Amino acid sequence: MKARLRKYDPPNSPTSVGWTKAFTWRLTPPDTPWQLECGGHLNEVTVEYETYGELSPARDNAILIAHALSGDAHVAGWDRDASDTHRPWRKNKPGWWDAVVGPGKAIDTRTFFVICANVLGGCYGTTGPRSICPETGRRYGLSFPKVTVGDWVRLQARLLDHLGIERLHGVVGGSLGGQQAIEWAMAFPERVARCIVLAASPRLSAQGLAFNAVGRYSIMNDPLFLNGDYEDGQGPDAGLAAARMLAHITYLSESGMHQKFGRRRRVAHGPKSGFGVEFEVESYLEYQGRAFVERFDADAYLYITRAMDYYDCAESWGGGDLATACRRVRAEMLIVSFSSDWLYPRAQCRDFAIHLCRAGRPVTYVDVPSNLGHDAFLVETDAVGRLISAFFNPARKGWSI
Amino acid sequence: MKSSRPPMPQLLEQVARSLAARKDPALTGIDVETLCAQLRERPPPPPAQPRWQDALIEAQIPEGASVLDLGCGGGELLHRLIRDKSVRGQGVEIDFEAVSQCLTLGVPVLQTNLDEGLREFPDQSFDYVVLEETVQTLHQPLRVLNDVLRVGRYGIVSFPNFGSWRVRLSLAIEGRMPSTPALPYRWYETPNIHLFTLLDFLELTSEISARVVRGFSLVEGVVRPLGLNDNLEADESLLIITRDPPLA
Repeated sequence: MKARLRKYDPPNSPTSVGWTKAFTWRLTPPDTPWQLECGGHLNEVTVEYETYGELSPARDNAILIAHALSGDAHVAGWDRDASDTHRPWRKNKPGWWDAVVGPGKAIDTRTFFVICANVLGGCYGTTGPRSICPETGRRYGLSFPKVTVGDWVRLQARLLDHLGIERLHGVVGGSLGGQQAIEWAMAFPERVARCIVLAASPRLSAQGLAFNAVGRYSIMNDPLFLNGDYEDGQGPDAGLAAARMLAHITYLSESGMHQKFGRRRRVAHGPKSGFGVEFEVESYLEYQGRAFVERFDADAYLYITRAMDYYDCAESWGGGDLATACRRVRAEMLIVSFSSDWLYPRAQCRDFAIHLCRAGRPVTYVDVPSNLGHDAFLVETDAVGRLISAFFNPARKGWSI
Repeated sequence: MKSSRPPMPQLLEQVARSLAARKDPALTGIDVETLCAQLRERPPPPPAQPRWQDALIEAQIPEGASVLDLGCGGGELLHRLIRDKSVRGQGVEIDFEAVSQCLTLGVPVLQTNLDEGLREFPDQSFDYVVLEETVQTLHQPLRVLNDVLRVGRYGIVSFPNFGSWRVRLSLAIEGRMPSTPALPYRWYETPNIHLFTLLDFLELTSEISARVVRGFSLVEGVVRPLGLNDNLEADESLLIITRDPPLA
């Protein structure tokens, strides 16, 4: 099956942010060496980020978007630097949240200054395991230090300093991005006015840890993995594709898969002869795996899934007690779950909201009915957009703290 | 269709008089002549007054209080309380559209089911817990009421009074399930699964060791302080209840 057919906003559309260009920013002393939560450090750190809209003279209209596991800073619009050799997958489609971010859209770039930065340890321009280690002149590979959600958020905060933004109008993220949003509200309570957490909870469940473990196992046991020191273009593609295929199953739901694929075959009455791709659902997963390998790096996948495993805001900010951690929060919170999400199930999202409420924080919790599973946070753009727009609408009268 | 049944004044009067002659408990404390006069000139039911309680509640809640509104709908009451009285407000609502509406008003709201949702709130964490026109829709009203008094210092509870003469006539004399402005649904589609009268509620209040601090009734479209005849006359009532001992 081909990628989802969608109508994209072309770059010249009045509701598109148009052609985009990424910025890079290099940390300089005294920020370097940049210390990491797990004890390691990086002597050189580069951050790739994108922005849309204009920062207001009062510098009070900034919204930070945190991207998810396989996402990137290219949130909206069309990458003007995309070419056959440079991030070719961006040539035919806009940023991953183009339906939500743009002039007149839910996160209205006529009103807000939107920022998204690629995470540390990833493969989209911000320093990661495929970057060159200045001490050795070679790629880091698995010698790259362990990174955490806390590290990402601290680096984002430093980027905001660099951009001259003291306080965010809001921070929003889904899935692993939602955990960054939680981290923002707890690590920098004074710097966030509003926080939206989509399809994410304070920590991943045992089931989620298990899925990540299988994904990493598949990568690390691919004979081309070479302990992370593979050459560009010769990496553990099969392992990475399998990891993605498994992960993709966790992003859907049983009923959603049934509805989308059922038991349909690619050739309706074809022979049942081999072990090739026969069912539509196999074809879809194979496509997802292949497409992912084109645009993602296996080492980065290990580092980012590990950061996802490690994240536990109760441990970081409450000595293991979520209620204590929640009392740090000063932002107005919006927690959104999706009814068929089994990666970050709604009960866990709701439980987080209840903890915030018990801590006396103003919190809204919404469960969006959807059979699209975890993916719903990206796909249910109408419902999600409506909630975001209402919550970020600067005309609303807030809670007095 | 709901209110187009022909009035049956003569039949009603006969039944009322025979009930009175038998000293039927249904008419205890009721002057049969007044009732018959009312029956003869049975006034059209007043138009439904959605959220007539809001103004009352706003008047009762002091500046800066904390308020938990259970079944807060679109959040209008909390919005005004937050805006005008700097209240710390939190809503609870099950309906997705209503929750979205709360968001546009800037009212924090948890989308959750009241029958299971309240136990998670800590003891005495709000000054007021509002339960507007909701008790009769709950599967476990007693448990929720106990929780209201546990979580809040004061409970503000409003409900349709099943003891109102309009309801009594509908059921006792016409033999039909009541359909009034306060109880507008047909029996098969009503969310009101636990119907009760004002007296029933007052009795329950004392059974759960609470007392009524203040009460109001909606009678023929007019709000007035709780009166002795309200079990018969009130279409709806609103009570402020607490387990706090009375001031000496």
